Amino acid sequence: MIEKALKGKPAYWMWLAILGVFVAIGAVCYLRQFVYGLGLTGMGRDISWGLYISQFTFLVGVAAGGLMLVLPYYVHDYKAFGRITILGEFLAIAAILMCLMFIMADLGQPLRGLNMILHPTPNSMLFWDMVVLLGYLTLNIICGWVILTAERKQVKPPKWVYIFVYISIPFAVSIHTVTAMLYCGLPGRHFWLTAITAPRFLASAFAAGPALIVLACLIMKRVANFDAGKEAISKITTIIMYATIINGFFVLLEFFVGYYSQIPGHMHSLEYLFFGLEHHGETYNNLVPFMWTFVLFCLGGLGLLAYGKIKDKLSDGLVGAACAMIFLGLYLDKGLGFVLGGLVVNPLNQVVEYYPTANEIGITLGIWAAGFFVLTLLYKIALGVEHEVEG
Amino acid sequence: MDKQRRKFLKIAGATALAGVSAPAVVKLTSTPSFASSGQEAAADAGQSDGHGEKAPTGIRYGMVIDMRKLYGNQELIDKAIDACHTVHNVPHFDNKQNEIKWIWKTPFANAFVEHSSYHSSKITTDNDFAVLCNHCDNPPCVRVCPTKATFQMENGIVAMDYHRCIGCRFCMMGCPYGARSFNWFNPRDHIETYNPDFPTRTRGVVEKCNFCAERLPLGKEPACVEALKDSRALVFGDLNDPHSEIRQVLDKEPTIQRKPSLGTKPSIFYIV
Amino acid sequence: MYNKITIIPGLIIFVVLVTSPIWYNGLQAGPMPKPELPPGGEQKCVRPAAEMRDIHMSLLNEWRDDVLRDGNRVSVTVNGKEYRKGLQMACMQCHSNKEKFCDTCHEYASVKPYCWDCHLSPAEAASKKETH
Repeated sequence: MIEKALKGKPAYWMWLAILGVFVAIGAVCYLRQFVYGLGLTGMGRDISWGLYISQFTFLVGVAAGGLMLVLPYYVHDYKAFGRITILGEFLAIAAILMCLMFIMADLGQPLRGLNMILHPTPNSMLFWDMVVLLGYLTLNIICGWVILTAERKQVKPPKWVYIFVYISIPFAVSIHTVTAMLYCGLPGRHFWLTAITAPRFLASAFAAGPALIVLACLIMKRVANFDAGKEAISKITTIIMYATIINGFFVLLEFFVGYYSQIPGHMHSLEYLFFGLEHHGETYNNLVPFMWTFVLFCLGGLGLLAYGKIKDKLSDGLVGAACAMIFLGLYLDKGLGFVLGGLVVNPLNQVVEYYPTANEIGITLGIWAAGFFVLTLLYKIALGVEHEVEG
Repeated sequence: MDKQRRKFLKIAGATALAGVSAPAVVKLTSTPSFASSGQEAAADAGQSDGHGEKAPTGIRYGMVIDMRKLYGNQELIDKAIDACHTVHNVPHFDNKQNEIKWIWKTPFANAFVEHSSYHSSKITTDNDFAVLCNHCDNPPCVRVCPTKATFQMENGIVAMDYHRCIGCRFCMMGCPYGARSFNWFNPRDHIETYNPDFPTRTRGVVEKCNFCAERLPLGKEPACVEALKDSRALVFGDLNDPHSEIRQVLDKEPTIQRKPSLGTKPSIFYIV
Repeated sequence: MYNKITIIPGLIIFVVLVTSPIWYNGLQAGPMPKPELPPGGEQKCVRPAAEMRDIHMSLLNEWRDDVLRDGNRVSVTVNGKEYRKGLQMACMQCHSNKEKFCDTCHEYASVKPYCWDCHLSPAEAASKKETH
């Protein structure tokens, strides 16, 4: 089936070439970082996790989002999702690969990464994160590939693959829960030390992942002659809406807990993110514009979708705009706000702000481009098979 | 794909997998260094340890920082910091972002975040307090390390194995006291003089105070304690030994600890 | 075979490239390394020379785990002199010229141990000596 990715219109190759340029830039930047050290990033003694880990946190959610297509189709027999579950599975593969790349980019001694396998440490959540990420990657590769092959041959998939499909459902929940557990079990970090971290992660994951899939479907409708179907898109947007609303509700609950209890630990991070934190005469507010963009984009996206559903005017443009806004908004919330907000007040109650460096951004963009590169290849294969089968 | 080719590929794949993993399996199960870990072999450490006798419950090292002897004598804290950083080849960075510090001084409000700084006395606001790794009895950093590169020794010291650290910095996230530093660059360019009796670290690993675990078996006290031995501002000893000097001090003087509500059970006590 | 014109030359080039380490130096392995014995004249090591050649890496790993992880810092005695267990504190005390001893074999075998990224060889330590 790989040969499906080797033939394409000029636009396809242009897109891969552009991504390739970013990947090359990222590779050069990473080489510099490998030689000189992580000091080339904007991280420091107080903000020792930065852009890389926050991107990883967001992308684990995107990977888990494929569950919202797999669950209705395989467990509840919702036929309308039949043609697009493969898109969810392939997105999971690309997203997990991006996660693994971000983690490797963030390690101080990446060549010692095998130590995590040679010296397994079950009490460490990072160990379990490695287990479930690699497990989920393997599951999606197996399920996606086998089912797509079966579809190509116009036969039913072999019975054994369904075991893996059903295992991948709790795995999808687990990858993001375990990632949340990286944060919510740390006694010194009060912004993260709350039980709602894991549910918040899951809610925003189940909105962001499907939103990206919808965007991909709309793009492929334009350029690759692939129609996911009105019913499927409509149902996914319903799921996205509910997930976004639940995530918003959880964020509001965080505000209540912080501001009603007036306990500084929980309050100060929210203050820094949304209003600017005043400390010793200085105001720290470099993330405030991003966080309000998150609020506006999510509300705007919800509004557009609500309007479209009520008036039954779910046009491609409206759905596309709404999904893009929701995806970007949730990215700002989890990919920037969560990790950096938790670190801005260090364990000694000093405030340190974080600014990524150009090298760091180069590597980040390179890894995003590499992920989209893989995603493009995989979606080309999936679409190639669909077109071959449907004539 | 025709059946012969598929069969061949299956057998080839299985053979390759066996061939690749066999040496790994052999290696993992035979090398003694894999079998030894902090927990198992520590039981033998008691017998072969060259110095001193162990109490039945084992040694637990701790330290009392008598701030009363340091009020108005802040240069003493600087002396302790210098001693520690020189003995351990700790690099010096000018900017706070990349700095590495094993012991340092900070105002009361930053050292004792859970204590009130409301209407503090003049002595409290005018002086800085020495802070370092607390060598907790229930250390969150050890709990989160994915490779056991940081681990708790039998004598209570939370140690670092720089050979195994992969630089993920999860321990820095876990530490509620901000006691750990990461080598963002090659530290050797930023060390002025080497102590030839101790290694440096390399870039990409996390480091912190080690309670001078290399000096204790030689009968020496930690470098910071020795630097202030005239004033006896730092008292180091075995918390499990009811007759030790540190226990006498703790019996007599009221002490506070940093962030006690987190349940980390630190081994550093402060007389303020 | 399809595409014979591309595949056969390609295969030949590949084989030539992959075997280049063998034929590059005229099928010679280069001169055998001759590590210099300790400048202080010490003749005995913690283990016999032949054994050390085989297992010095495993021995160092064992020492590392003993000292660091188990807290077992019992010193090693060679010829009546006591040394603290470890690369810097034992081995380098006698084999003080890393370049003429350790590096000769390592460079020949193209092995790059990262020990000296952290552990100070005597030459390195002397480069930034304390000057009181």
